[in-house]
Amino acid sequence: MILYIIRRLLAAVGLVVVLSMITFAIFYLMPRLAGASPETLATRYVGRSSTGATVEQRAESLGFYDPVPVQYWNWLKGVLFGTDVSTGADTVRCPAPCLGYSFKTQDPVLPEILDRLPVSFSLAIGAAVIWLVLGVSIGVLSALKRGSFFDRAAMTLALAGVSLPIFWTGLLALSIFSYQLGWTPPGGSYTPFSESPLDWAFALLLPWVTLALLFSAQYARLTRAGMLETMSEDYIRTARAKGLPERTVVAKHGLRGALTPIVTIFGLDFGLLIGSAVLTESVFGLPGLGALAVDSTRNNDLPMVLGVVLLVAVFVAVANLVVDLLYAVIDPRVRTR
Amino acid sequence: MSLMTPTSPEASRHTGPYLQVEDLRVHFETDDGTVKSVDGLSFAVEKGKTLGIVGESGSGKSVTSMAVMGLHTSKNARISGSIKVDGQELVGAPIDVVRRLRGQKMAMIFQDPLSAMHPYYTVGNQIVEAYRIHNDVSKKAARAHAIDMLDRVGIPSPRDRVDAYPHQFSGGMRQRAMIAMALSCDPSLLIADEPTTALDVTVQAQILDLIRDLQREFHSAVVIITHDLGVVAELADDIVVMYAGRKAEHGSAEQLFGEPQHPYAWGLLGSMPRFDRPPTERLLPIKGTPPSLINVPEGCAFNPRCEFSSRVPGERCVTDRPEALDAGGGHRVACHLPTAQRRQIWADEIAPRLA
Repeated sequence: MILYIIRRLLAAVGLVVVLSMITFAIFYLMPRLAGASPETLATRYVGRSSTGATVEQRAESLGFYDPVPVQYWNWLKGVLFGTDVSTGADTVRCPAPCLGYSFKTQDPVLPEILDRLPVSFSLAIGAAVIWLVLGVSIGVLSALKRGSFFDRAAMTLALAGVSLPIFWTGLLALSIFSYQLGWTPPGGSYTPFSESPLDWAFALLLPWVTLALLFSAQYARLTRAGMLETMSEDYIRTARAKGLPERTVVAKHGLRGALTPIVTIFGLDFGLLIGSAVLTESVFGLPGLGALAVDSTRNNDLPMVLGVVLLVAVFVAVANLVVDLLYAVIDPRVRTR
Repeated sequence: MSLMTPTSPEASRHTGPYLQVEDLRVHFETDDGTVKSVDGLSFAVEKGKTLGIVGESGSGKSVTSMAVMGLHTSKNARISGSIKVDGQELVGAPIDVVRRLRGQKMAMIFQDPLSAMHPYYTVGNQIVEAYRIHNDVSKKAARAHAIDMLDRVGIPSPRDRVDAYPHQFSGGMRQRAMIAMALSCDPSLLIADEPTTALDVTVQAQILDLIRDLQREFHSAVVIITHDLGVVAELADDIVVMYAGRKAEHGSAEQLFGEPQHPYAWGLLGSMPRFDRPPTERLLPIKGTPPSLINVPEGCAFNPRCEFSSRVPGERCVTDRPEALDAGGGHRVACHLPTAQRRQIWADEIAPRLA
């Protein structure tokens, strides 16, 4: 079991490294391959009326003259050991997980990201709780009442839920519940959990529900399919033959068997969602990581984009690791492998 | 081994067969028509006795056992007739009443113990669960009971094995554990549906021995469902031969193996490989395939495959459905051939072929 954990852990680290390489290549290598010179790259980071000399100086200080692998190595060194960064006049020490400085604002990347992380995390965790409860229970009921009116209605709604884009449902929800009825706070409001848990939940309620609707639909379909499969297993018949009440048969024997695929998808979804709830964050004006990634990409702020991507990669890798460990908890056959 | 384990007072109230099935019909409504899986089946089993139900796949054996256990959950299943367990009518009884009997008064062993046990729970856990539904005992006591049961079905070092998962057991061990689970509440009726089919031949005999020993110990009524005549020869006191959801022949094991009278039973005996005959000799398979249960042939369901229907005067085999009538000594045969003629065919034509 310990060996299993170590193996999974190493795989997770490898995944993060590879992901960082790919992202680095997309932003630093591809423009070079497309024919852009270090100077043309650097022009974006200087004032409008700059001379050729300042552009060259900027390109030099950003390290654009180095070969791309060297640039990656320097970046990686910063992440692992920290680095010294010169901001024109003086040099600043950027400590260990140094993700560099924003090309745009000259601020360090990491604090900015860490500042926004709680927002994204709050959004993801609340939505996840709602969609798991909603999706799984609808899925179970649908499977048990297969072919019934409830089943057909739920599955039609689920299909609609998957198809409706969030910028539409989100805006609709905002305009009705916030602006017309005034039940929920307007877009752009966010209170940290540490300040007031109640306000925190209240402000996030609408984004949670909107986001959860999208995912509940998928989870309802997934759960339904899994339940239909496990409920026809022989061990369900055995459970009934023991004289177990149907409730226990469904919850203890049926749902447990259908849980594995749900946990897998959930791990991936949750890890990914932390950095990619872009639409939800922009519709509801939440200062999260997704919004940061979009803004940074628009501004060609490479260190910031890289930082966000790396963080999301870490989350996905961690989520995957947790899923792998949960597998062993759920299915004893994994443990002995 | 004691003669009888003490039974609860209400169980001794009833006299007569412990399980009595009369005119049982299990029909399934499907888009293609009504599937008559079981169509007018009657039999009875007393405590301490074993009934074997034999037939090809699709003859209605398993559907019968599932009906007795009340396990037909499909909304399309129509069950009529009468199933009495310990004098209590189950057909039409509330779901919860039947559920309470399941596992307690009647228990079942299934064909493939790997898929019949939940892969995510330990063997002990599953036995404890079966025991605690019907007995208000502590987890600790139930666990001790589970270890005791595993010991009784011959699982070595049960104290350690109780915490193992089904996939850590061998096939034979799993079936033993399955039996321990079925017997955990001391049921008076045990239904074994193809209990040895999924097992190695060497293990099959052990499991059959175990079922027989436990039956003596628990003094229960046992219904054993199989396509394997060897299994019923080993265990059964009475045998029902089923064909297309109906009873073809019903008698004691002596009657059925000594002087089988239904052409289908002859066919089954002829299809059985035997080591005491030269291997060059061919088996005598029954020609044709089992009928569709939606369009059961008119008259005798077996008539399209029967070698002897031409000897019945007129078209009776094609027009009249034969009833299982007493051919003497409680030996019931559903065939239009007169009893004397059947005996003669057996003695002159069939027995020499099989000998």
